Amino acid sequence: MRVAGKGQIDQSTPISFTFDGIQYRGFVGDTVASALLANDIRLMARSFKYHRPRGVLTAGSEEPNALMTVGRDGATDPNVRATVQEIYEGLELRSQNAWPSLEYDVMAVNDLASPFLGAGFYYKTFMWPRAFWERVYEPIIRRAAGLGALSGEKQSDKYERAYAHCDVLVIGAGPAGLMAALKAAKSGADVILADEDSVMGGRLNSETFEVDGQTGADWAAGIVEQMREMDNVRLMTRTTVSGVYDQGTFGALERVNHHTSVRDGKAPLETFWRIVAKQSILAAGAIERPIAFQNNDRPGIMTAGAVRSYLNRWGVAPGKAITIFANNDDAHRTAMDMLAAGVHVAAVIDSRFNVQALGDYTLIKGAYVCGTKGRKGLETITVRTSTGTQSISTDCLAMSGGWNPTVHLTCHMNGRPTWREDIASFVPTEGTIPNMTVAGACNGDFSTHACLRAGLEAATKAVTALGKTPGEIDAPQSEDTAYKMEPLWAVPGKGRAWVDFQNDVLVKDVKQAAVENFRSVEHMKRYTTQGMATDQGKNSNVTALALLADATGRGIPETGTTTFRPPYSPIAMAAFGAGAEGKGFAPERKTTSHMATIEDGAPMMEAGLWYRPSYFPIKGEKTWRQSCDREVGYVRNAVGVCDVSTLGKIDIQGPDAAELLDFVYTNMFSSLKVGRVRYGLMLREDGYVMDDGTTARLSGTHFVMTTTTAAAGAVMRHLEFATQVLRPELDVRLMSVTEQWAQFAVAGPQSRELLNGLLDQTLDNETWPFMACGDVSISGVKGRLFRISYSGEHAYEIAVPARYGDSLFRTLTAKTTEMAGGPYGVEALNVLRIEKGFITHAEIHGRVTAFDIGMGRMISAKKDCIGKTMAARDGLLDEGRERLMGFKPVGAVKQLTAGAHLYNEGDEATAELDKGYLTSVAFSPTLGHFMALGFVRGGPERLGDRLRMVDYMRQIETIVEVCDPVFFDPKGERTRG
Amino acid sequence: MVDLIAKTPMNGFVPLKLGNVTLSEMAAGPITSISPFNDTGKDLSAALKAAHGMAVPAANRSTGKASARAIWFGREQFILMGCEAVQGLANYAALTDQSDGWTIVELKGAGAADVLARVTPLDLRSHVFKKGHTARSDLMHMASSITRTGDNTFLITVFRSMAGTLLHDLQRAMEGVASRG
Repeated sequence: MRVAGKGQIDQSTPISFTFDGIQYRGFVGDTVASALLANDIRLMARSFKYHRPRGVLTAGSEEPNALMTVGRDGATDPNVRATVQEIYEGLELRSQNAWPSLEYDVMAVNDLASPFLGAGFYYKTFMWPRAFWERVYEPIIRRAAGLGALSGEKQSDKYERAYAHCDVLVIGAGPAGLMAALKAAKSGADVILADEDSVMGGRLNSETFEVDGQTGADWAAGIVEQMREMDNVRLMTRTTVSGVYDQGTFGALERVNHHTSVRDGKAPLETFWRIVAKQSILAAGAIERPIAFQNNDRPGIMTAGAVRSYLNRWGVAPGKAITIFANNDDAHRTAMDMLAAGVHVAAVIDSRFNVQALGDYTLIKGAYVCGTKGRKGLETITVRTSTGTQSISTDCLAMSGGWNPTVHLTCHMNGRPTWREDIASFVPTEGTIPNMTVAGACNGDFSTHACLRAGLEAATKAVTALGKTPGEIDAPQSEDTAYKMEPLWAVPGKGRAWVDFQNDVLVKDVKQAAVENFRSVEHMKRYTTQGMATDQGKNSNVTALALLADATGRGIPETGTTTFRPPYSPIAMAAFGAGAEGKGFAPERKTTSHMATIEDGAPMMEAGLWYRPSYFPIKGEKTWRQSCDREVGYVRNAVGVCDVSTLGKIDIQGPDAAELLDFVYTNMFSSLKVGRVRYGLMLREDGYVMDDGTTARLSGTHFVMTTTTAAAGAVMRHLEFATQVLRPELDVRLMSVTEQWAQFAVAGPQSRELLNGLLDQTLDNETWPFMACGDVSISGVKGRLFRISYSGEHAYEIAVPARYGDSLFRTLTAKTTEMAGGPYGVEALNVLRIEKGFITHAEIHGRVTAFDIGMGRMISAKKDCIGKTMAARDGLLDEGRERLMGFKPVGAVKQLTAGAHLYNEGDEATAELDKGYLTSVAFSPTLGHFMALGFVRGGPERLGDRLRMVDYMRQIETIVEVCDPVFFDPKGERTRG
Repeated sequence: MVDLIAKTPMNGFVPLKLGNVTLSEMAAGPITSISPFNDTGKDLSAALKAAHGMAVPAANRSTGKASARAIWFGREQFILMGCEAVQGLANYAALTDQSDGWTIVELKGAGAADVLARVTPLDLRSHVFKKGHTARSDLMHMASSITRTGDNTFLITVFRSMAGTLLHDLQRAMEGVASRG
C-alpha cells in the first residue's frame, strides 16, 4: 500500500498496466515491483524447480524471484525483472513458469516431492537407459523447470550497438560515483557516468540520510543537474556496465525504451555500448545478503534495504506489520523509517546479544527466525531465543545478513577478490583491472561520508594519472556511522532454508555437495546449480561459499569464489548482434549491371559478397538447365555477354613492377610485351596453388593483374606481404581497381563483329590477336579491351569506368540479342569453362600443387618465385598423387555429381580404397552428356580407365571413364579464330 | 553509335534527413590515388603544392579544402579528390584513376558523430578527431574512409559496390539517433 506523504515519485499522474490480464495502477517512476506492492500484490512468480510461490526479494537488478515476461510474439521479452522494469501506460506483463496460473500452478507438486529432488537428483536418477536422456527425460525436465520462454518467432524489436570514448568512466552514480564524476569533470576530464537505475543517486534515493543539509535524493539530483550543464560529461542512466575487456574497453547495456511503449522499429529497445576509457572508477555499491533460514522464500520476505527503498523512494509499505531479522545495525534503520511513516513494526529480531534498539520498537536480541508460514504470502514467523520459540504475525519480513560489495567487474580479467574479516565480505583486489580505481560501498566503505570521500579520492587518482590537476571539491557533510555486524549465514535447524532463491538451492544441497566430495567451490556450483541463471548468484554466492567453507572445515578465503564472468546482468543476444541481422549480416556487393539483371528476371547467386546472375530465364523455360543450355549455345554459336566485374583487378605500377610479378607468379612476366596479356599461376609460400588469372601489360612499368572473384582480397594481401616483408626494396605500388572498372566478357564467334559495331575503332586479327590488350573508346568514353577467353571461344573482355557499366551492359545485351545471342549467367560460364578444362577454386581448393593440376612446367626454371622451393619437395611431385583429369559417364547412370568419390571397378567404396573425387560437374549441351573435372591417383596414367563413382550424399553411383580434362576444341583453334 | 549514360553509385539518391542529420551523395569529381615511389616523398610534396596548392597529407590527416582535397588513404597512399591530378606527379608516384571506384557520401548535422558512433569504433570526439582528420576504419562490416570536413560534417567513402549496404547501415543508425530526439 502507498503511504501518504512518502516517496520521491510524482503521484499526480496515474498509469495503468496489466499483470496476467488484471489491470493495476501505479505512477510515473514506479517499477513493476513497487506498483504491485502498492496494490498489495505479493505473489509475482513461481520458483525455478519447486514452483514455490515467490514475491520480490530486492529492489534492484539483483532480483532473483520476480521475473516476468513482457510483450508478445516477436517482441516477447522473458525474464524481465519486476524490480527493474518501469511501468508505462499499456504495459502488459505475464507470469512465467506456472500452469495453469500463477495462483494455482500444478507443477507445485514438485514442492511436495522436494525430498527427492535435491542436488544431484537428475544426475543420479536419469542415467539409465542412456538413450532416454535426450529423448525422454530432458524434455520433461525442461518443461517442468525453467524460467521464461522465447516466442520462437523472429525478433521484431530493434536493438542497437554503439561506441563511446572518454577519459574517465564512472560506473555507478551513488554517493561515491557522483562525487567521483563531478570531481573528474571539474578537473577537465571527459567523463561518462553510467548507472543502471533510471534515476541517479544510488542508495541516496532509498535512505533518509541528509547530505549537506538536503535529503540525499535532492543532493544527488543537484549534482546531476550540475553535470548536465557540463559539455565534458555524458550521463547514461538505465545503463549497466556489464563487462570489462582488454585495453580499457567496457561493455554496457542501455535500456533505451523498455520504459516506454515506443516500438516503431526505428527507436532501439536497447543499445549495447562499447565504451573505451583511459581511466575507470568503479562505484558499483553493495548488495544486501539474505539469511538462510527455514522457509525464508515466502512472498513478503525481502531484504531490509529493499523495504526501505520501497518506502522512501516509491512511498510503498510492503506490509502492514513489518518484522526485521538482522545481524547488523544498518537493518534497524528499516524499523526507524517504518515507524516514522506510521507503519507498524511488530518486532526486530537480531541474532546478536550486544545490540541496542535505535528507537521505540520491540527488539528481540540473540534470536533467530527459524520458520515461517503462509503459502502464497507471509503470515507468521517463528522466532527462537535461548528461552524458547514464539510466533509473530507479520506480512513482511525484512532481513539482512550484511552487505556484499559488488566486486564483479574487478574480477572480469581473471582477478579474485580479497576477503575482509572485519566486514565478513569480499572486496576488490587492487590492480586487477588496469587503470581502474574502486570507491565506495563496492570497496567496503559502508557510510555515506566514507563513500563521498572515496569518490573524491578516486577522481584525484584518475585525473592525476591523466596528467590533469584535480579540481578542488570538499566532501559534503553526511552520516558516518560505523558498520556493525556479526556474520550469520544460516540459521541452524531442520527444514528447507534457501540459499539461492533463483535456482532453488538449499543449505542442505550445499552440504550434500561437500559430502559427495564436490568440495571445490566451482564443483559445488555446478553440482547444485547455485549461482547460475539470470542473477548469477548475486544474492547467494558469498553465503553459499561460507556454508561450503563450514561444511569442508576450511576458511572462507581458502574456499574462494567462483569465477565472475561478463555480463554482470543479462543481455539479450539481440543486443550483442544488433544491426548484424538480415541485410546487416554482411555487405552486399552489387555490380553495375545488377539493376538490369534483376529487371531481366535473373535469379542471383552469392559469390563471396558479390551477387551474380545464375542464368537469364526466358518465357517458356521451366528449368534452369534449359536457360543454361541456351546460354551456352549463345557463346558457342553466336555471342554472349557476361558481367565479370567481380574478378579482382589490381593496378601494379613502378620501375620494379615486372620483377614483382616474376616473384609472385610461377611463370615469367618480365618478358611480356606491352599490349599483351599472359595467364599466370600463383603459389603460396608452402608451394601449393594460391590463385590464377591473367595479367596485362599496359606499359613498361604498368600492369593490371586479374584475380579470381573468391581470392581477390587474399591475393591483394599476399602482394602486400610480398612487397612489405619479402621484397621491400622493390619500387612498386599496388592499388585495387576492382571497383573502378565495369568489365564484361563478350564471347562467341561473333564477338568481334559486335565490338566493331560499338567501338570507335575496328578490330582485326592482325592488330588484336589472341591475348592482346589496349585502350579503346566507345563514343568517346575511354575503356580497356582484353582479348582473353574463359570459354574457349573468340572472346574479349571490355572494361569501362564503372559509371558507364549499367549503360554498357544494357547496350551489349541489346546488341547480342540482335545477333541471336544474349546475356549469360554463372551457370553457363561454368559449363563453358568445364568444357575447356579451365580450373576454378573448385579445383585449386588449397590442397593441390601446380604439378597436380598439370601445370608443373609453369614453374619457371629461370627464376625464383614464392613457393618454388616448397613445391619441389619430393612428396609433392609423386606421380601417384591425385592429379587433375576429365571424367565422363559410361555406366547405366549418366549423371555425375561434384563431390562424389572414385574407386577402382570392383573395389568396395571405402575410405582406404578411395582413388579420388570429382570437383566440377556440368551437363555439356555441346557434347550432349555430363562431364566432370576431378582428381584421381596417378592422373594421366589412368587415362581411359573405368572407375566407380559413388556419391554417398545423394545416393548416386555410376561408372566413369578417365579422359583428358579438355573436352572441347583441344587445340584451341576457336579461341584464336 | 551509342551514348553511354553515366550513373553515380547511389544513382538518384535524394538526400535523407532524419532528425538533425542529413545524408547526401557527393559529386566528388575526379579521384586519383597517389602512391609515392621509393624516396620521392619530398619531390612529390613540392610538385603537389605547386600543381594543386596542397601538401601531401600525413597519416590520418587530409589537406586542401572543400573544392579539392588530399586525403590520407593508407600506408604510402593518399587520394586527390575534386581535381584532375596533373600528369607530372606520375614522375614521383603511381597514379591510379579511382573516380568510379568509391561511393562518397556526406553526413552532416549536430548528431552526425552520434550516427557514426553506431557504425564505427573510431573515437570521433571533436578534440580528438578534429577537422581535417581522417581514418580508414570499419563502417559496420565495410572498410571505409572517414574524414571530418567540418564541425558536424563527415565525408565517408566505401566501395562503389557497397552503396546499398552503406545506405542501409547509415539509415538504421540515423533512425536510432533521431528517435532519441
